[in-house]
Amino acid sequence: MGYRQVTSMIGSEAGPARAPRTTAEVGLTMDIVVLVKQVPDSGGQRALDPADNTVVRATADNVINEMDEYAIEEALTVKEAHGGEVTILTVGPDTATDAIRKALSMGADRAVHVSDPAIHGACAPQTSAIIAAALSRLDYDLVLCGAESTDGQVSVMPALLSERLGIPHLSGARKLTVEGSTARVERQTDGGYWLLEAQLPAIVSTWDTINEPRYPSFKGIMAAKKKPVQTLTLADLGIDSATVGLATATSRVVDFAGRPPKGAGVKVSDEGDGAEKLVGFLAEQKLV
Amino acid sequence: MAEVLVLVELDPAGEGVRKTTLEALTAARALGEPSAVVVGAPGTAASVQDALAEYGAGKVYVAESAEADDFLVAPKAEVLAQLVGAVAPAAVVVPSSPEGKEIAGRLAIKTGSGFLTDVTEIAPDGTATQVAFAGQTIVHSRVTVGTPIYTLRGNSVTPVPAPAAASQVPVQVTLSERARQTRVVDRVVEAKSSRPELTEAAVVVSGGRGVASAENFSLIEALADSLGAAVGASRAAVDSGFYPHTFQVGQTGKTVSPQLYIAVGISGAIQHRAGMQTSKTIVAVNKDPEAPIFELADFGVVGDLNTIVPAATQQIAARKG
Ligand SMILES: Cc1cc2nc3c(=O)[nH]c(=O)nc-3n(C[C@H](O)[C@H](O)[C@H](O)COP(=O)(O)OP(=O)(O)OC[C@H]3O[C@@H](n4cnc5c(N)ncnc54)[C@H](O)[C@@H]3O)c2cc1C
Ligand SMILES: Nc1ncnc2c1ncn2[C@@H]1O[C@H](COP(=O)(O)O)[C@@H](O)[C@H]1O
Repeated sequence: MGYRQVTSMIGSEAGPARAPRTTAEVGLTMDIVVLVKQVPDSGGQRALDPADNTVVRATADNVINEMDEYAIEEALTVKEAHGGEVTILTVGPDTATDAIRKALSMGADRAVHVSDPAIHGACAPQTSAIIAAALSRLDYDLVLCGAESTDGQVSVMPALLSERLGIPHLSGARKLTVEGSTARVERQTDGGYWLLEAQLPAIVSTWDTINEPRYPSFKGIMAAKKKPVQTLTLADLGIDSATVGLATATSRVVDFAGRPPKGAGVKVSDEGDGAEKLVGFLAEQKLV
Repeated sequence: MAEVLVLVELDPAGEGVRKTTLEALTAARALGEPSAVVVGAPGTAASVQDALAEYGAGKVYVAESAEADDFLVAPKAEVLAQLVGAVAPAAVVVPSSPEGKEIAGRLAIKTGSGFLTDVTEIAPDGTATQVAFAGQTIVHSRVTVGTPIYTLRGNSVTPVPAPAAASQVPVQVTLSERARQTRVVDRVVEAKSSRPELTEAAVVVSGGRGVASAENFSLIEALADSLGAAVGASRAAVDSGFYPHTFQVGQTGKTVSPQLYIAVGISGAIQHRAGMQTSKTIVAVNKDPEAPIFELADFGVVGDLNTIVPAATQQIAARKG
């Protein structure tokens, strides 16, 4: 809405795909692309549309995928240390501009929004092809994204992109450091971490233990209105719309149903005998 | 019978296979004859041979290499892609850990296939069951392109033995440059718990904000130990610094599906339910009779956890004598 739509940022159309930068070209400043997805609020009503078994997005209470806020925060921190630009990249319907605005008001510099009716019902491999096509038209040293989204909870997008773009993926980061052309990540594991290392350009997916995302300031919110947002269609990216969307998706929801509500259980008040009743129940169920 | 490739997930402490591997072998039998795929350092396959034979692996593809563990995820995806090309399996089943999902995704791109993550059941016709939206919706899905790839959610299938030959087939491993891009420099264990692994435990006792302090979590630990259980925590308890993040249950934490889940001082927000709703039996202790956790509890006690939990711990210990 209050955006200045620019088309000059990466060419009047998206321009041809470029090869990823080589390590030698990676400068001292860091150009970062952050992948941001808009999702239905996990605390609100979420549903599948019985007409085509896809996620209802139009009427849902849509928010920025929470995990992506950590990726934005990390990008801003890296930029503050190294200089460079932070670009937000979103693939999603027109309503996703709200998520983009929030990311820009946190401090990102610009955004690219890929929106096309043909994307409706796309599967993860198809979406990854779209994101990869958009990324290969941008200059980046680092791609940051959340470790998972709350609507699909597929947590595979960065791995798919790594595979398509041929650049390394350092996943599940609870800590990121960039030194010269080397990225190091502490990957959160059960009871510890793995120390990972790769050369830039690279994709890093962030876990919610990595930082504390900032709130947009008033100044940030005002500034966001003037930041450039480029809108691209599949045609701009050179993607045939027949290869994307529900009809050609690599997997499909056949049917769905509400989970049968659990029969109401027993609820007792503790009259000094709460523990006894609890243990009695466990014994009855042969659980102790 | 059609072959189904099953990627073996090893116990990180070096103690054989994880239970998720046995679950995957069991689930794969709905689709054909499972062939286990072992990717690891030399000697790995020999150490897990017996378990794979007991749970139905007709073959064991042995992809051993001194460098297999030096790089993140990509080597496993590369070996699987090589095998998919060579044996044209009916499907591939991978345990649904964070690593398993990355492997499945990479394999899907390499082989031009579709994949389904976090499935809880696979039917003989290949239709998979998934649980969406914090457990509110049950979804049936199918892969429509290529070799179907599934990641199987832990604790959704009970491992059933089915003795098989498990004949070893060596696989030549030659890692590409791309598989060597992300190096694992070190594996650091910070806290080795003597309790069972959260996602594999038969019983989980979780504490929430109501536990009120890190010190007071000893009440939760004591109850867990009396039951041989794993300890979990709500995000509010983790964010308040009462318990480490590794133990968080819910949408942004672990998904658990134990025989018994005991929620103590947890309100039962939708994001917490997302991680524990499929538990077989749910017990809740909360002082607020209106707490939403009671809506899904099979047995709820309204009262103060500070008196109920220690007393229950004592009584359970007494029963065990
Ligand atoms: C995107 C997103 C992801 C999230 N992911 C997760 C997740 O993975 N896991 C998760 O757990 N949450 C998650 N949350 C947070 C979730 O919404 C809740 O805020 C959280 O689960 C609340 O934790 P709680 O029940 O411990 O705390 P509260 O909601 O504060 O509940 C504490 C409960 O303790 C009870 N209590 C207090 N004192 C006592 C006492 N002495 N005796 C007995 N009972 C007592 C109270 O009655 C109350 O019901 C997420 C939220 C968002 C937005
Ligand atoms: N449509 C999308 N547009 C932009 N980023 C996305 C999109 N889908 C997924 N991502 C990114 O990939 C991460 C993992 O998503 P997922 O694989 O869907 O769980 C998210 O946290 C986002 O950063």
